[in-house]
Amino acid sequence: MTGHSTYTPKSGFARWLERRLPILGFIHESFVAYPVPKNLNYLWTFGAILSFMLVAQIVTGIVLAMHYTPETTLAFDSIEHIMRDVNWGWALRYAHANGASMFFLAVYIHIFRGMYYGSYKEPREVLWILGVVIFMLMMATGFLGYVLPWGQMSFWAATVITNLFTAIPYVGNTITIWLLGGYSVDNATLNRFFALHYLLPFVIVAIVGLHVWALHVTGQNNPTGVEVKDIKKETVPFTPYATLKDAVGLVVFVGLFAWLTFFVPNYTGHPDNYIEANPLVTPPHIVPEWYFLPFYAILRAIPNKLVGVIALFASILIVAALPWLDTSKVRSGVYRPAFKKFYWVFVFVSVGLGYLGAQPAEGVYLIAARILMAYYFLHFLVVLPLLGKYEQTLPEPRSIAASLGEAATEEKPHA
Amino acid sequence: MSNATKAEPSRRDILFLATGAAATVAAGAAVWPLIAQMNPDASTLALASTELDISAIPEGQIVTVKWRGKPVFVRHRTKQEIEAAQNVPLAELPDPQADSARVQKAEWLVVVGVCTHLGCIPTGHEGEFHGWFCPCHGSTYDTSGRIRSGPAPSNLEVPDYAFLSDTKIKIG
Repeated sequence: MTGHSTYTPKSGFARWLERRLPILGFIHESFVAYPVPKNLNYLWTFGAILSFMLVAQIVTGIVLAMHYTPETTLAFDSIEHIMRDVNWGWALRYAHANGASMFFLAVYIHIFRGMYYGSYKEPREVLWILGVVIFMLMMATGFLGYVLPWGQMSFWAATVITNLFTAIPYVGNTITIWLLGGYSVDNATLNRFFALHYLLPFVIVAIVGLHVWALHVTGQNNPTGVEVKDIKKETVPFTPYATLKDAVGLVVFVGLFAWLTFFVPNYTGHPDNYIEANPLVTPPHIVPEWYFLPFYAILRAIPNKLVGVIALFASILIVAALPWLDTSKVRSGVYRPAFKKFYWVFVFVSVGLGYLGAQPAEGVYLIAARILMAYYFLHFLVVLPLLGKYEQTLPEPRSIAASLGEAATEEKPHA
Repeated sequence: MSNATKAEPSRRDILFLATGAAATVAAGAAVWPLIAQMNPDASTLALASTELDISAIPEGQIVTVKWRGKPVFVRHRTKQEIEAAQNVPLAELPDPQADSARVQKAEWLVVVGVCTHLGCIPTGHEGEFHGWFCPCHGSTYDTSGRIRSGPAPSNLEVPDYAFLSDTKIKIG
């Protein structure tokens, strides 16, 4: 989309630079003049919140790496050293650990917002797939980071997750030994996990760059799902409007982040991770961090190892296929009464799987997990394709302006 | 294009193909060490065997030793445990294997103490079959270390081991 104004360099230096590297103009067009639909609600502030969390995690992570030792006999102690001896180390580590939780909270809201308003639909498929790629990189980074403190949960999470690869027929064991650098999780594993945990966030930065690029090509979706028809009338410049709205959302979000970090810093953690890793004792009840629980529930719901692992990966990858599984011509859930109901059932199922992932895999919990898992896949493979064909949708507004009850846009020759 | 050019590749075509082939081999050779460095190193491979004095293990007890970073269970089985292991019809087992094929001496069961599901360490003398129970995802093993129920696909692995004497075994 073209902007509200074109950039004109004001100072002599800006003019000089602009002729050689038009970076100021690029920033101006992308983050100042960039037109934003004026009916965006607060759910659209999570893009900015996620950008903030990514930077916050990288900054706290880099300083923590200055004090952490990725060696099996020293790693656990170096975390306690950060907590007790390093200046402000406790704050930095708690901010980083809870930052991961907040990052995932924000990304889940961001994903569910996209699902409700049909943000994945034509022409935003590539934008959506890049988002799923970022989500998977986040999961990998979160898992690798959780191993570094070398507590009991770290060690056994590393063992269970790397053992997922042993399910691959014929070459599974060879691949797992290669991933671990040994026959079990040990020093070689910890060292490479640290190297990759440091690397992946920068890969995420690169993919986020593509994600934002794709977003700025198609323009943002909005609650009506109707594309912008009149840029002058239906959009506002990114700065100050979106910048400040994002800032309000961010302040509230950071408030929650600060409460977690300073008042209940171990709320999302697990006490067993304050016991140093012991390769000879598995804790009686191992659970992953809360943000992996729905997928963990799916893994455990299936009694066959290989099928369980396939279902786990399928439950994530299927999200990338949404643009083609949802056949409805109407983009926004606002105008899809039946979809709305199924959407909330899906939200309930996802949260329910999260709850069940934290319970022991037996009895009623196991049965419930199987039912919810079946529904999870049915939502994508049956409900969404059929809804698009049979649903009686409400009429979409002619334009964003019309949805806001404003006078119909005069059709200008150049509109 | 004429038939003549098709039949007679030029000097340039041959140089182009040869360079491309050499570049492909060179790229493979450059990537190989980058991939292979992740495999177990020499110091890990050097820890390949462990010896254990079994004379101090009373009947009914399980001793855990570390071998290649993993626990190995050495179980001095009781008469009932041996009988229970031997008397199961093979058809009842998810991964059928006779008890005699899993032990060298009936009193001594030696298995790698890693659940074949996702690598947790099962706890001894627990579960329906009094062999092992895995706390992670609920697999149960019998007194021969064979999988009886739960998501694990196969029996506990029997490592290579040898009786050096009546009281000493070498694992690996």
